[in-house]
Amino acid sequence: METTALLITMLSALVGSAVMARTFARLGYQPLNGFLLGALGGAFGAQIFSLPLNYCAFAPEQRAADVVLGLILVAVGVALVIVPMRWLAERWAKRREGALVAGQQSQGVFKGRLTPFLLLAPTLTILVLFLYYPFIDTFRLSTLLVGRGAAARSRFLCLQNFTDLLYDPQYHQSVVVTFVIAFAIVFVGIAISLLIATLAYQPIKGANVYRTLLVWPYAVSPVVAGVIFQLMFDPAAGVINYFTNSLFGVRLDWLKDGTLATIAVILTSVWKTVGFNILFYIAGLQNVPKDLQEAAAVDGANVVQRFFRITWPLLSPITFFLVITNLTYAFFEIFGTIDYLTAGGPLNATDVMIYRVYELQSQTIGLGRAAAESLVLFLVVIGLTVIQFRNERRVNYGA
Amino acid sequence: MSLAQELPLSLPQEKAKRGSRPSWVSPRLHIHALLWIACFILGFPLIYAALVSTQSNADVYAYRFLPGDAFQRNLDLVLSRNLGQFVFNSTIISLAITIGKTIFSLLAGLAFVYFRFPGKWLVFGFVLITLMMPTEILIISLSRFVGIDLRWGNTFQALVVPFLASATGTFLFRQHFMNIPAELSEAAQIDGATPLQFLFRVLIPISWNAIGALAVIQFVYGWNMYLWPQIIAREGLRVVTVALRSFIAVDSSFSFGPLMLASVIISIPPVIVFILLQKQFMSGFALGRDK
Repeated sequence: METTALLITMLSALVGSAVMARTFARLGYQPLNGFLLGALGGAFGAQIFSLPLNYCAFAPEQRAADVVLGLILVAVGVALVIVPMRWLAERWAKRREGALVAGQQSQGVFKGRLTPFLLLAPTLTILVLFLYYPFIDTFRLSTLLVGRGAAARSRFLCLQNFTDLLYDPQYHQSVVVTFVIAFAIVFVGIAISLLIATLAYQPIKGANVYRTLLVWPYAVSPVVAGVIFQLMFDPAAGVINYFTNSLFGVRLDWLKDGTLATIAVILTSVWKTVGFNILFYIAGLQNVPKDLQEAAAVDGANVVQRFFRITWPLLSPITFFLVITNLTYAFFEIFGTIDYLTAGGPLNATDVMIYRVYELQSQTIGLGRAAAESLVLFLVVIGLTVIQFRNERRVNYGA
Repeated sequence: MSLAQELPLSLPQEKAKRGSRPSWVSPRLHIHALLWIACFILGFPLIYAALVSTQSNADVYAYRFLPGDAFQRNLDLVLSRNLGQFVFNSTIISLAITIGKTIFSLLAGLAFVYFRFPGKWLVFGFVLITLMMPTEILIISLSRFVGIDLRWGNTFQALVVPFLASATGTFLFRQHFMNIPAELSEAAQIDGATPLQFLFRVLIPISWNAIGALAVIQFVYGWNMYLWPQIIAREGLRVVTVALRSFIAVDSSFSFGPLMLASVIISIPPVIVFILLQKQFMSGFALGRDK
């Protein structure tokens, strides 16, 4: 065990030193300093996840998946140290060259060394106690088999809560359903809201009234949406079957069939999110320069061409922002709708990832597994955040 | 804008252009009709719920699309099942979250913009990174910490305190303060105002739009919060989103009227707040995420 730990630490130090030596050489610093700094950083980074786990992933009795995940965690740990290190080195180099402008700090400054920390104290205290501590504790719990109540003992499982997910067909189904629902909400929602917004943005009489009548569903709780749509999809009393029956002679058992229930969840969520989308698309459309449209019209471009060549590209920052917001809704806030509308059923057909976390945590011994699945959802959050930051510069909400 | 647009000469020309090309500006009546259809379809679920809330089960099953005569009975039923108490709980909790978050974010924004202190960027990063920690991924550990370690299960503070700090709010006020002319803070310092005096006498009076933006987002968030109260306060201090379940079988059997009435009633406060502060809501998103 100690040999493995030593080997991994040395390897990480090597990677770190190679990266930092190159960075230092490129920036015109002494490469040897970069080499030493990178070695220290790499060795330290390797320990971030591995030391708390006591290098358990590399024990002889572990499965291949555990070993691979252990190695991934080592790599992530190294990256967590080396990437900020590189960034700092580059920043320093820029500051030395005097290329770094002194920020936006143009406001008058009050005196007092302690005062800013007193002002920040409430926010920082709450963030540490109710966000950072639970966040780190979730990592700890995710390596355990935790019981609640009478079974309130725990056993160390190493990475098993995570690697078990690879072999759990129910979890695979849950991931697939989550992504299907998320992408359907985005596509259907964006299409419908853009269509309505192109009608509603024009300067007609009562434009404000229309806008208000279109956007209010944003403020309705996902829970209420679930309850109302449950009645609407009810096989015997529901108004949707009434319409399909009188129009096509069809009655569907919406919430008893997996595919239909998924569609029901998607429709309910689209109803909940279009208001928000419309609000932002109206603002965006009002900012599309009229003369550009008119010039294109003079050149003989038809409505469809004008839309796809001018309006759609100009709206892309807003579309992008809405895609992120709608995906966040589909991954997390959808919980209330699912809980009231389908409760994850029928036969787990709408058992999205966040709903599984909730179900697991209410089971007697599911807490560790629930923590592990929460952390998988955290990867989704990281993904969304990274994409968002990359595109932040382009975004102009036109408000 | 361009010079041509400012010349009076260009005005009649534009008008003529519009008049000669009716395909560019669609017939107004047509748009009105389509918009009314869109509003009706989007509004339909709530209209339908409101209709059912006046009906008995027999009316619902018979698809009677006219107001029924069971409204008073449904209302008595939901009120006897403590809907008033639940609405009260939710109101207090969302107001507490909104007010607390606004004050804490204002203080943090003040510290980040009007003070110089060591490690400022580090502290700001520390606050900003919490944007990546939504409550949903923390509930497993948070519920153990709040329920077992702090023994706050079923209490008012369990539903409020964890949500009092906000990276969004801090960021929003920081952006807003940075756009305020520096003359204001310089003048305040020359006059010898303390930071808190400056905040309450100068900054807050000119920041009502930003405050309104944060308030509407937080009130709607607090009112509609469900996963966390469902886990931490299932039995005791119930909020409307959790309590709605108790109206599903209110009348010894499953009945739609009371359930829909409760749904409509608990939707009214957030919708009204949202409609009243719609403009601020938009500007909040622009401020909070634009730069």
